[in-house]
Parts: sequence; C-alpha cells; structure tokens
Amino acid sequence: MTRPLAPTKDHPLVRWTLTAVALGFIGLFLVLPLVVVFHDALGDGLTAALAAIREPDAIAAIQLTLTAAAIAVPLNAIFGIAASWAIAKFDFAGKGFLVTLIDLPFSVSPVVSGLIYVLVFGLQGWLGPWLAEHDVKIIFALPGIVLATVFVTFPFVARELIPLMTDQGRDEEEAAVSLGASGWATFRRVTLPNIKWGLLYGVLLCNARAMGEFGAVSVVSGHIRGLTDTMPLHIEALYNDYQYSAAFAVASLLALLALVTLVLKSLLEWHFAEEISAAHHH
Amino acid sequence: MASLAATVPSQRKWRNPSALPGFGLSFGFTLFYLTAIVLIPLAALVIRPLEIGWSGFAEILTDARVLHSLELSFGGALVAALINSVFGLIVAWVLVRYRFPGKRIVDAVVDLPFALPTAVAGIALSALYAPRGWLGAPLMEYGIRIAYTPFGVIVALTFIGLPFVVRTLQPVMLELGKDSEEAAATLGASRFQTLRRVVFPALTPALLTGTAMAFARAVGEYGSVIFIAGNLPGISEIAPLLIIIKLNENNYAAAAAIGVIMLAASFVLLLGLNLLQTWTASRR
Amino acid sequence: MKKIISALAAAAVLASSTALAADITLLNVSYDPTRELYKQINAAFIADWKKSHGGDNVTINQSHGGSGAQSRAVIDGLGADVVTLALAYDIDAIANKGLIEKNWQTRLPNASTPYTSTIVFLVRKGNPWKIKDWPDLIKPGVQVITPNPKTSGGARWSFLAAWAYALRAQGGNADKAKAFVTALYKHVPVLDTGARGSTTTFVQRGIGDVLLSWENEAHLALKEQGGDQFQIVYPSVSIQAEPPVAVVDKNVDSHKTREIATAYLNFLYTKDAQEIEAANFYRVRDPQILAQHAADFPKITLYNFAEIFGDWSKAQATYFADKGIFDQIYKPGQ
Repeated sequence: MTRPLAPTKDHPLVRWTLTAVALGFIGLFLVLPLVVVFHDALGDGLTAALAAIREPDAIAAIQLTLTAAAIAVPLNAIFGIAASWAIAKFDFAGKGFLVTLIDLPFSVSPVVSGLIYVLVFGLQGWLGPWLAEHDVKIIFALPGIVLATVFVTFPFVARELIPLMTDQGRDEEEAAVSLGASGWATFRRVTLPNIKWGLLYGVLLCNARAMGEFGAVSVVSGHIRGLTDTMPLHIEALYNDYQYSAAFAVASLLALLALVTLVLKSLLEWHFAEEISAAHHH
Repeated sequence: MASLAATVPSQRKWRNPSALPGFGLSFGFTLFYLTAIVLIPLAALVIRPLEIGWSGFAEILTDARVLHSLELSFGGALVAALINSVFGLIVAWVLVRYRFPGKRIVDAVVDLPFALPTAVAGIALSALYAPRGWLGAPLMEYGIRIAYTPFGVIVALTFIGLPFVVRTLQPVMLELGKDSEEAAATLGASRFQTLRRVVFPALTPALLTGTAMAFARAVGEYGSVIFIAGNLPGISEIAPLLIIIKLNENNYAAAAAIGVIMLAASFVLLLGLNLLQTWTASRR
Repeated sequence: MKKIISALAAAAVLASSTALAADITLLNVSYDPTRELYKQINAAFIADWKKSHGGDNVTINQSHGGSGAQSRAVIDGLGADVVTLALAYDIDAIANKGLIEKNWQTRLPNASTPYTSTIVFLVRKGNPWKIKDWPDLIKPGVQVITPNPKTSGGARWSFLAAWAYALRAQGGNADKAKAFVTALYKHVPVLDTGARGSTTTFVQRGIGDVLLSWENEAHLALKEQGGDQFQIVYPSVSIQAEPPVAVVDKNVDSHKTREIATAYLNFLYTKDAQEIEAANFYRVRDPQILAQHAADFPKITLYNFAEIFGDWSKAQATYFADKGIFDQIYKPGQ
C-alpha cells in the first residue's frame, strides 16, 4: 500500500506535464512569433536592416510615433489621476457606471475608435465642413492620430490607479487635510508617493499600447508617406512594397520596445510588488 | 475652488460628504475628458445609422455577410477565450506553484501580447503559419491549414488574449495559498477532491473574469487578425474589417451600424464584467 | 556705410528671390501599384518645374492604398491636390461630393487617362497547371488569387475582364457570363482588400496557382522577385484598364496650388513622363514610346470598357454595389 504524496503537492508526473504544456504553449504562441520578427528582419543582412531603420520615411514614422505617444500618454496619465482621485476618494451615485464608461475604450474595436473621429471631424462629419472653412486639420494629420491614440489607451492609467487608490483608503489624506495641508499639497506629499509606482506602471502600459496602435490610427492617418505614417503603418507600407525584410526590421524596433517594456514592467513588479499589487485585483 | 466643493457637500445629495478637497476639480475634469474624447465621438457613431432608419438598420444586420462576420468575431473571440481559459489556468498554476529555471523570464513573457504592437504580431503570425512558414509547412503535410482560414483568426485572438487570463488568476492563486488545501487534506480529502472542491471554486470568479476580459479584448481586434485571416467574405472576414470595407464603399451608415452593434456588445460585456468583479470582491 | 548698403542690397535680393521661389507641397493620393511609378515621376517633375520656375522648392507627398479607400479618404477630407486612381468611378465619387468638378474627365486628353494597363495572369514558373486562357482558370483544383472587387480597383478590372471574356465567348449571353464568373470566384481561396495585398499573398505566401493582376504589377513582381519563380501569361483577350487622374478643385483652390497641380498632371503626358510610365510597364498613350517598348506589351485583344459596360456609375451599380452581381455570386461560405 503506497501512500500518495502530500496532498497539497501535485504528483511529479503532473507537475512535469503541466510545466511542459505551459512552456510549450508560451513558446509556440508567444515566443516563436517574436523570433520570426527578428529572424526575418535580418533576412537581407544586418546592414540592410539598419538602413531600413535610418531611411527618411522610417525616421519620420518614428518621430511621429514618439510625438503622438508624448502627447497622448501624459494626457491619459493626468486623466487617470483625476479620475482615480474622484472615484477612489469620494462616494457618489453612479460610480459603477462611470467606471464602466472609462473602461469602454478597452473593448471597443480599434476600427470603431478611428471611425468615430472620422464621423466627427471628417469632411462628411459633424465638424468637418466648419474645420475645412477655417483651415483646421484634425483627421489625416497629427491631431487625429493623437486623438485616436488617446482613445485607444484611454483607460490604461485609470485602470491601474483606481483599484490602487481605493485599496489605500482615505485616512492618510484626511489626516493631512485636518492638519491644515492644502488639497494640492496633500496630493503631492501624501497620495503621489503612495501611487507613484502604480502610476509609472500604468504609464508604461499606456505607452506600449500607444506606440503600437494600428487599426484606429490606420483609419485616421491618410497614409501620407513621411508625413502621417506612424511606425506600425510604415511597417504595413513596407510590407506592401515588397520590402519584406525592411518591414520586419522596423517591426523589430517595435518588438524591442515591447521587450524593454516587459523588462521595466517586471522590475517594477519585483521591487514594488506590494505597492502596485492592488491594481491586479480587479 | 477645490475647498469650496468640500464645504458645501449638502448641495450634492448624490454624493456623501467628504473631508477631502478636490472633488469638483477631479470629477469635473474626468467628466469633461470622458465626454470630449469618448462620449461625443461615440454619439456620432450611434446617431449615424438613424439616417437609414430601423428598417435599414435591420436590413444591414440581417445581411448574410454581416451576420457571418459578427459570428466570426464573436465566435472566434469566444473560442480563443476558452482556449486561453484552459492554457491560461495551466500557465498561471505553473508560474505560481512550481519552481523551474527561467521562471521569471517566462512570467515576463506572458505580457508580450500586451506590449507587442498588433500589426507586428499580425505579420509575424502570418509569416509563421503561412503554408511556407515554420509552422505552416509542417502542418500542411498533415493537411492542416491555419493561415487564411477561420483558424488563423482564432490563433491571432488567442495570442492577444492570454495575458488577461494569467494576470487575473495569478494574484488570486497567490492569495489562496496552501492553507485551505492543507486543511482539506487533513480532513482526508484526496488531491483530486481538494482541487475540485477547494481550489477550483476559489479560482472560478477570477477565471471567469479573466476569460471575459480576454473575450472583450478579442472581439474587436483588427491589426493582428487581418494579416493572417485571408479575409474571405463569409469565411474568414471579421466584423471590424467589414466596417472598413463598408466605409471604403462610402456606406457610412452601414459601417456605423456594424460599429454600433459591436459597441453595444462591448458595453454589455463590460457592465457584466464589473458586476462579476463586484461579486468576486464580495466573496473574498 | 557701404557695408550697410550692401547688406540692405543683399537683403533685398534675398527678399525678392524668396518672393519668386516658393515652398510648394503637393499631395498625390493614388492607388496601390503606383508607388514606384510616382516616385520616379515626382523626381522628374520637380526637376522640370525648377527649370521653368526658378528655385521653387517642391515637395510631392504620396499616399497609397486601395483605390476605393483612397477615394473615400479624399471625400473625408484628406487634402489631395491631385488624385490618380484605378478607375473613373472612384474619382466620380469624389466629384459627387462637390470636391471635383463633374466634367473632370474632359479636362485632360484621353479621358484624363495618361496611361492604360490591362489584366494578365501571373503563374508559377513552368506554368504547372498549363494555364493559357480564361477557361483554364476554372479547371478543377486551380486556385485563383484576386482581391475583393468591392474595395480594390484592380479587382474590379479583373472581374470585368473575366466578364467581358465570357460575354463575348458566349455570344453576348449575360447568364452564361455570370455562370463563368461565378465558377471563377469559387476558385478564389483568399480575397485581399487591395491589389498589393493579393500580390503579397501569391508571391510571398505561396498561396494559389494564378494571380489575376494589373500588367504593370505582374511585371513589377517579376522584377522584384526575379524571373526564376514566376512567369506572366497573356490570355487571348483582356480589358483595357484605364486609371484616370484629376485635380481636386476644392483642395487646390484652398492650397493655392492649382497651377502646379495642373502642370503635374499635364506632365504625365509629356515624352519624359511617358517614357517613365512605359518603363514601369504602363501602356502609354504616346505611340512612339509605346512602340519602343513593344516587347514588354504583347498585342492581345483588349476590350473597351465603355463598349461593353457603358459608364462606370452603371457598372458599379450593376456589379459591385450592395446586392449587385458580385454579392449574388459570392455567397458567404460557398
């Protein structure tokens, strides 16, 4: 009669099988596509890959992507802070509904996210004729690309901060205020230090998504080479231009960005696990 | 201005008084930003199909091609979410419970679909699964085609959905600890009974939430899918692509109508998710 | 004092020269396969313009995509000074919104079409399926690659070429033409949204046995991929595809670029430009240059669009609109 192993432990065979399945799944579904990107980027050699990245249209695309993210991410960070302050520190009716509305862009199709701005700012849309008369460009120009990016990354910072700030409660802030600190000073000296790692974490995710957005930006870009093509759109253009390796070379730049994001994210998680863990309990 | 809001809470019956300042400012800004960026543009979408009336709306949505694309987007997202619920559960369990070399790296890699731009994922997946690709070629030997079929859609949607299941399950598994399992074991439960009666029920809400989030993310996905799907009308054409096609045919109302359906589905889904999360929180 | 005067003089010269030379930006919104063509045309035009207009600093931006998508973008406000699209219908659609005058097609020679093309077959080297003509496309087992005619201009020409062939081969019987085209689309395993997407599917992904392609696109694919993998097959008959060009009146008036935009389109008819177009495998209007490139353009019967299909608004409504013939024959899931 053999007594089974400790009942909180899985049988080694189970353990190995599950580990193998998990690693196999991750390898096949996540790692292999990444390997393909770098492998195909070097299809024409390293020199060709570097040349593809230094080409004027590629540089313009990189600049545009960075500019759009540099505007969109801070906007959403400020929004995330304001929204989480209102939601976490106060009680009011309709909070759940408000949170759902904030979450909404997360599950709206990127295509729809672009379409809505065409319907508002396009020449056949609500404001289009007026904008054209006053020579203001929104879609098919930087503002439209920024708007689409803002929409797509809308909830990212707020989603991190709302649960975090709810978890931290209001006691510290209330104490500070009762000691005579102004609202702004309270936020800066008490709240901000408490949420800074969570904020950084949210900004990181927001930024990764902002730089990589394809569908929404594609609808509002106009695809003017060297002018309104972001990096993902430039990749598509190269891919369509028979410049297969060049497309993957620029793609590998974005993939590197993804890897850097992952490393930073992991560092944040390991070192500040407690401070940002609340955010993972949604 | 900020303190004013705090000193006159009685005027705002819909919210409880608070000692903290800044509600007016933060709530006002939140509402303004939400309205300007999200609500007004979405209203433009919702209003657009009105020009074709209910009958026009109904006609678009009963069109076989539109119906099929919606079926594929929702069905594909559902299948992908279910695949992710199984493998995500295994991955999360392995990452939380077992030790093995390189575990931290594997843990970090789980977030890759989140950080990798969808267009990059799309061309990489299609290069991989195309009949000449590293995986596509050996699969072809067995007569299995992934790229340019509905299976390709499912592969792409599985790719983007995995982190949601794993990341929702991990903290719950950590928190669960081994205490309850030990308790069950001391009461004489077998490993299988412990898992079935103790562990699995505790994980169910998080698993549901994670799966629902993976589903929500996948339903509207565009960038990673169009490269690998083949985009055959009625076979592998997803609803977001059909929106683009209708738009490019200058059929704004039809594009908006399909968009409205997808939007409504997202909204209902998210409301459900929030309810699910409230329920989960109350059970903890 | 002298210094001041010379500085003033220099400033005056500078001021007058900047008044003469201007920074001008043009946007050419075009369809998919013309990227390489217009890169070369633009360089030639800029050099030509500089000769006659002092030191004007001209930049020509390009935007490419499916013809229908590009037309829609201009309608939505993409600030194109000129459009160079795959077919007249897509420019008509812009004209219908008042951005281009309705008589646009009469404003330039040859119905505003400086170059033409046709639809040919691209097959894998050695032509393993022995595809010679249209009927071979519906042999059992053959897979045909062509984009979605509802979004791609080239695909509409392919559809109409197949239709025209079948109609003429069957003595004008439209039902039989429909049956042939229906059978043809049953052989299409992938329907990309644009011509370039289909070429990538066929060339890079190795899907399908025949690509229905613009003639210039097929030649370009051969050039880019080397002739050792593919070859072009000319069917016995095809269609004369006419990709037209137009100045976008509303936009050039607000950009104050009408003069240079018009000059740009007129330039497309010059010997220099026609030579570039022919070298990029477009069948140009200039008989001399066409003759010099005759080796690239085998003589086959090219049906005239207007003779068979009338005008584009009718063809669009009949074949490609919602519930049109394409929707009828391309039933989901079949």
